[in-house]
Amino acid sequence: MRQSGNILFTGVGGQGILLASELTAYAQLAAGFDVKKSEVHGMAQRGGSVEAHLRYGERVYSPLIEPGTADILVAFETLEAARYLPYLHENSAVVVNTMRILPPAVATGRMEYPVGVLDELTGRGIRVIAVDAFEIAREVGELRTANVAMVGAMSNFLAVSPGIFLDVIDRKVKERFREVNRRAFEAGRARVQDVQQ
Amino acid sequence: MSFDSDKNLWLSGNEAIALGAWEAGVQVASGYPGTPSTEIMGNLARYEGVYAEWAPNEKVGLEVAIGASFAGVRALATMKHVGLNVAADPLFTAAYTGGRGGLVVLTADDPQMHSSQNEQDNRNYAFAAKLPMFEPSDPAEAREMMASAFALSEELDLPVLFRTTTRVAHVKGVVRKGERRQVAAASIEKMPAKFVMLPGNARVRRADLEERMRRARERAETLAENRVEEGSGRRGFITAGTSYNYVKEAFPGAPVLKLGMVWPLPEKMIRAFADSVEELIVVEELDPFLENHIRAMGIDCRGKDLIPGQGELNSYIVRTAIEPESRRELFAPLDLPMRPPNMCAGCPHRGLFYCLSRMKDIFVSGDIGCYTLGFLPPLSAMDSCVCMGASVTVAHGMDKALGREGAGRIVAVLGDSTFMHSGITGLLNSVYNESNAMVIILDNRITAMTGHQQNPASGRNIKGEPAHAIDLEQLCHAVGVERVTVVNPHRIGETRRVLAGEIERDGTKVIISRAPCVLLPEEVRRKKPLYVTDPDKCTGCRACVGLGCPAISWHPLTPEEALARGYREKQPGWAEITTVQCNGCGQCAELCKFEAITSKEEK
Repeated sequence: MRQSGNILFTGVGGQGILLASELTAYAQLAAGFDVKKSEVHGMAQRGGSVEAHLRYGERVYSPLIEPGTADILVAFETLEAARYLPYLHENSAVVVNTMRILPPAVATGRMEYPVGVLDELTGRGIRVIAVDAFEIAREVGELRTANVAMVGAMSNFLAVSPGIFLDVIDRKVKERFREVNRRAFEAGRARVQDVQQ
Repeated sequence: MSFDSDKNLWLSGNEAIALGAWEAGVQVASGYPGTPSTEIMGNLARYEGVYAEWAPNEKVGLEVAIGASFAGVRALATMKHVGLNVAADPLFTAAYTGGRGGLVVLTADDPQMHSSQNEQDNRNYAFAAKLPMFEPSDPAEAREMMASAFALSEELDLPVLFRTTTRVAHVKGVVRKGERRQVAAASIEKMPAKFVMLPGNARVRRADLEERMRRARERAETLAENRVEEGSGRRGFITAGTSYNYVKEAFPGAPVLKLGMVWPLPEKMIRAFADSVEELIVVEELDPFLENHIRAMGIDCRGKDLIPGQGELNSYIVRTAIEPESRRELFAPLDLPMRPPNMCAGCPHRGLFYCLSRMKDIFVSGDIGCYTLGFLPPLSAMDSCVCMGASVTVAHGMDKALGREGAGRIVAVLGDSTFMHSGITGLLNSVYNESNAMVIILDNRITAMTGHQQNPASGRNIKGEPAHAIDLEQLCHAVGVERVTVVNPHRIGETRRVLAGEIERDGTKVIISRAPCVLLPEEVRRKKPLYVTDPDKCTGCRACVGLGCPAISWHPLTPEEALARGYREKQPGWAEITTVQCNGCGQCAELCKFEAITSKEEK
């Protein structure tokens, strides 16, 4: 089992990144690691790019991931995967939601949404796992579980057992959303296993 | 290590500070919201046995805490770094008076300006006001240091400053739980020589302050928060706050003098540590605060000649600043469209700024809040923003400088909470000294930017209980404004007509642009008509796109594509509303002259 690691969560404000990173943090704590997580609030949440840094290990000092050291990037939006390229290394795994949210300059017609940005990652030897998290969320019957589906997909790259994640969901998610979030986690996890086989 | 949920909690720095303050027996707490300090007060308000409140500004908050200390209980004031500028007046004199109950003043600094207008280093306030300052490195330390800060405040009869930064306040980590300390009973005790700071008394307390700070310097030498971590190698580091974490990551085996109290400094400890290492390096974010004071002791060290003095640090910056050969090959960033923050879909501010963006030759003096985003394209309708409340006063200054040239051209824009904070005095001045600027209060019924905190105009207190709501119209009339006009900024045509008419009038006039923040829970619950686009009717005029609403997307078309879709050849594209993002404000529907945008209900 890996003794330490860095997980970077990125996306657009309002996509549920904080909950996804919280569930992951609790799972790592339950697995016996020290964990630190860094977020930015305030101005940064108004629809802009958001990131959460999660670091785990025997003893974690710095709450920030160094450039070139993110082992896993969980990107909730395609462009927000490509934006964080300087944080990646050749053995990073990138789990990316295929959703596109247009940045203001694109939405107002001043720029175009870049095509083939994920090829920029794979072209550098980085493993990219594209997941349609909204499709999964639609299948389980609750669109707001897309973030938990992403956690499920990401969990394949951690040594923490899925049971620990499901326990965390049971403890941290309100009862009426519990079952649907469990299903989203499991469907997200299974989706990546399909891709890998 | 293992996470034992009976003994441990997983908390942010701000949650840990609230816990630490509660455990330390704090009984009265007051503050004004400001990133990254806000969640402290919000959390503290949930604990039993603490009176917590939102003050209209930081000066008020600190004075409330001073009053509670004078009554013999432990008190806390919280604010962001620039808030301490507002509260500096009581701070400097509270150093003279001291208090009775422990008084802790929390300042949350924002290196890198994630959500601030400057990145001032508030450690300088500890030096300038002659006060001790604690600075934790992570949430666990933040909780523990709260107890030490209150104890030291009482021991030394001094307010104690407590500095965090974004990477402590908004970092989550494992924190131990403790018990709440027995609290003191409040009482009235008359101590005029200590509490009445007229010159005769103040001179005595001024001299006494030197004595209290001398004792603080002595205490710094033995305080558990200042400690040497043994190590090996020729380099030794002096560091504090979050920078400590970066040193531990970058140079894990090196000897470190970790300062938990960053003012006053433990001179003997520093001297002994400096003597024990070959090369002394001071690692700190922002100003060379420790470095300058260590150099003033006659101790040679390195610091800002290596470490950047602007922005946040991280372990990579620290390591490579000291060992440039440790730089690694990084993937270069791609050239991608930026994604700056934006006003939300359905934000009432958007309608108002759209109207301002269509007014010719005006100068919009802005202020601090979500609405500062009105500066961004496509609206680009804000021309200055300095600090809380400056919209009104800067507008008045411009009006006076321009004289007749400025007639009908100067507009001040500020939010309801900012108006409560420090806009009222500016408005008083505008009326008293006969300004011709137009003042627009964006009343969205909440302090939105920092995450929906109540304020004196919102009608609820920090716990969400009903409270007196200031009547903004009456308040404006009371300070002498004769013309106060209320508009609904979602009604763009009407708002434009009102603004165009009012700006031409002489004297100070106020427009209250009133519509609730769309993210307020009651607004989210309210069923609103969602809007849809009819692509057949869209002519590609871009009127709706000019709002910059995140729910509206523009699809460009080549002439062939336009023809294929049944448009005229020259139509450059078409606009579409993403219905899941629409909040039903209807601004775009009003702007569309071709009835291509309709509410779902109308269909």
